[in-house]
Amino acid sequence: MARAKVTRFNMASLALGFAFLYLPIVILVIYSFNASRLVTVWGGWSLKWYREFFNDSAMIEAAWMSLRVGATSATIATILGTLAAVALSRGENFRGRTLFSGMLYAPLVMPEVITGLSLLLLFVALNAERGFWTVTIAHTTLTMCFVAVVVQSRLGSLDKSLEEAAMDLGCAPARAFLMVTLPLIIPAIVAGWMLAFTLSLDDLVIASFTTGPGSSTLPIRIYSEVRLGVKPEINAICTLVIGLIAVVIVVASLASKLTSTRGESAAPL
Amino acid sequence: MSARRIFARPARFAAIAPYVWMVLFFLVPFIFVLKISLSQTVIARPPYTPVFDFTAGWAAIEQALGALSIDNFRLLVSDDLYVLAYVRSLVVALISTSILLLIGYPIAYGMARLPKRWQPLAMMLVIVPFWTSFLIRIYAWINILQHDGLLNQLLLALHLVAQPVVWLSTDSAMYLGIVYSYLPFMILPLYATLTKMEPALEEAAADLGASPREVFWLVTFPLSLPGVGAGVLLCFIPIVGEFVIPDLLAGSNSLMIGQTLWLEFFNNKDWPVASATAIVLLVLLIAPLLLYDRLQRRQLEAK
Repeated sequence: MARAKVTRFNMASLALGFAFLYLPIVILVIYSFNASRLVTVWGGWSLKWYREFFNDSAMIEAAWMSLRVGATSATIATILGTLAAVALSRGENFRGRTLFSGMLYAPLVMPEVITGLSLLLLFVALNAERGFWTVTIAHTTLTMCFVAVVVQSRLGSLDKSLEEAAMDLGCAPARAFLMVTLPLIIPAIVAGWMLAFTLSLDDLVIASFTTGPGSSTLPIRIYSEVRLGVKPEINAICTLVIGLIAVVIVVASLASKLTSTRGESAAPL
Repeated sequence: MSARRIFARPARFAAIAPYVWMVLFFLVPFIFVLKISLSQTVIARPPYTPVFDFTAGWAAIEQALGALSIDNFRLLVSDDLYVLAYVRSLVVALISTSILLLIGYPIAYGMARLPKRWQPLAMMLVIVPFWTSFLIRIYAWINILQHDGLLNQLLLALHLVAQPVVWLSTDSAMYLGIVYSYLPFMILPLYATLTKMEPALEEAAADLGASPREVFWLVTFPLSLPGVGAGVLLCFIPIVGEFVIPDLLAGSNSLMIGQTLWLEFFNNKDWPVASATAIVLLVLLIAPLLLYDRLQRRQLEAK
C-alpha cells in the first residue's frame, strides 16, 4: 500500500494516535523528577524520589526478585518456545498436534485470573512451597507461548530451500538445523527472550496468585502502593522500569534488524 | 522423498519437552479448577474439602462422588452479584472492543500508507507501549486523572469547567484505561494485514471509477477482515477477564467478573466459588478462544 498517497486524514490519525500512546508516559517520567511532593506544584528538578527508592529495602528486594524471576523464566521459556516453534513449523503432522498448538495459542489471550488461579490450585495440590520457583514456572508457561509465536513466524518466512540445499549436500537433518536454520532464527530467539523477560517483569495477576507470603515481585509492591494513591516514589520506580525496558527493546530490535530487512520479526504478535 | 520430510522426524522430538510442560502446567491445572469448583468450602488451609482421596480405595471414591456438589454453580446463577458481573464484563468488553476498532483502524491504515522506509519506525512506536508495563501505563493515567491532576488543571485553566471533575472511579476512566492499554493489540494485526495488501487492487478500483469511499468499503475493508478478526479477539477475550484496569480506575459499585473472582479468592478466601467463577468464565470464552486458535493457526501455519 506504500504507493498510495498519504492523506491528511492518515497523518492526523497517526499524530493523534501516537500522542495518545506516549503523552501519559512522558508526563509520568517528567513528574518523577519533580522536587515537590504535590502533583499540582512543579518544585523544580530533583532526584530525591530515586534516592527514596534506593533506600526502600522492601522495594529493592521486590525488584531483585522480579529481575531473577524474569531472567530465569525467560531463559526456560525461550528454550521451550523455540522447540515448540520448530516442532510446529517443521514437524509435519504428529499425533496431538492440534492440541499442542491450541495449548500454545490459548494462553496468549486467556484472562490472567484464570491462568493464575489454575496454576495456584496445581501448586497447592502438589504441596509445592510457593515463592520464587512457582512464580517462575507460571511465567515460563505464559511467556513460552509468546516466544513460540515470534520464532514460528520467523521460521515461516525463512526460505526452506536453504535447509533443503544443506541436506541435499549430505548434511544430516539435525546438523542442517544447527548449522543453517538456527543461525537464521537467532534474532527471533533473542527478541523472544526479551519479550518473555518484559512480560514477566510486567505481570501482576499471575504472580499474585502463585507467589507465597513474604516474596513479592515488583508489580505486586507497586500495585499495593498505587491502590493507596499517587506517590512520587512510584513515578521514579516506574521511570526506572521504563528505562530498563527501553534498553531491552533497543537490543531486541537491533538483533532482529541483523537479518530481517523489513523489521517484521520485531513484531511480538 | 523431499528434504522437508526427512526433517520431520527430529523436529517431532522437539515437541516433547514443550508438550509435556504445557500439559502439566496449562492443561492439568484446569482439572484441579474443575475439581475444586465442585467441592465444599471449609475454613482451613487450603480452604476446601478434598474431593478425592485415592488412598482410601473404591468405597471412598464412590462416597466422594456422591459428595460432589454443584452448589457453587447454583450460587453463581442465583446470586445477582455474579450474573451482573458476567453481563457487565461482556458489555464492557464489547464496548471497549468497538471503540478500539474505531480508533485502531485509522491508525493502522495510516501506518500502512506511510512510505516503506518509515513503516518500521511507526511499528516500533506501537510496539514500545506494548512492551511497557501494563501497571505503569495505568498508573500514568491515575496521575493525570486524579482530583488535582493535569487534566483537571488544564480544564480549569481553559475555563471549560468551574470545578475539578471527578474522573477516577468512573466508567469513563475505566474505558479510557482499557482502550489505552489494548490499542497496540488492535493496531498490530490490522497493520499486518493492511500492509500486505496489494496496492494495485485499490488503484484498479479507483481507475474503474470507484470513489475513495467506495474503494475503502468495497475493497480495502473486506480484504482486511482477517486482521479485524484477529484484533477484535485479541482484545475482547482478555478484556472480559480484566482485573487490574477496572480495579484501579472504575468505581466499586459494579464489578467485572475478574474482580469478583479476585475478591472471592483473596478477600473471602472462598476457593471453590472462585474456581466455579473461573469455569463459567472459561465456558463463556470457549467459542471466541476456538475462533482465535483457528485464525492464529491459519496465519502461522499456512505458509
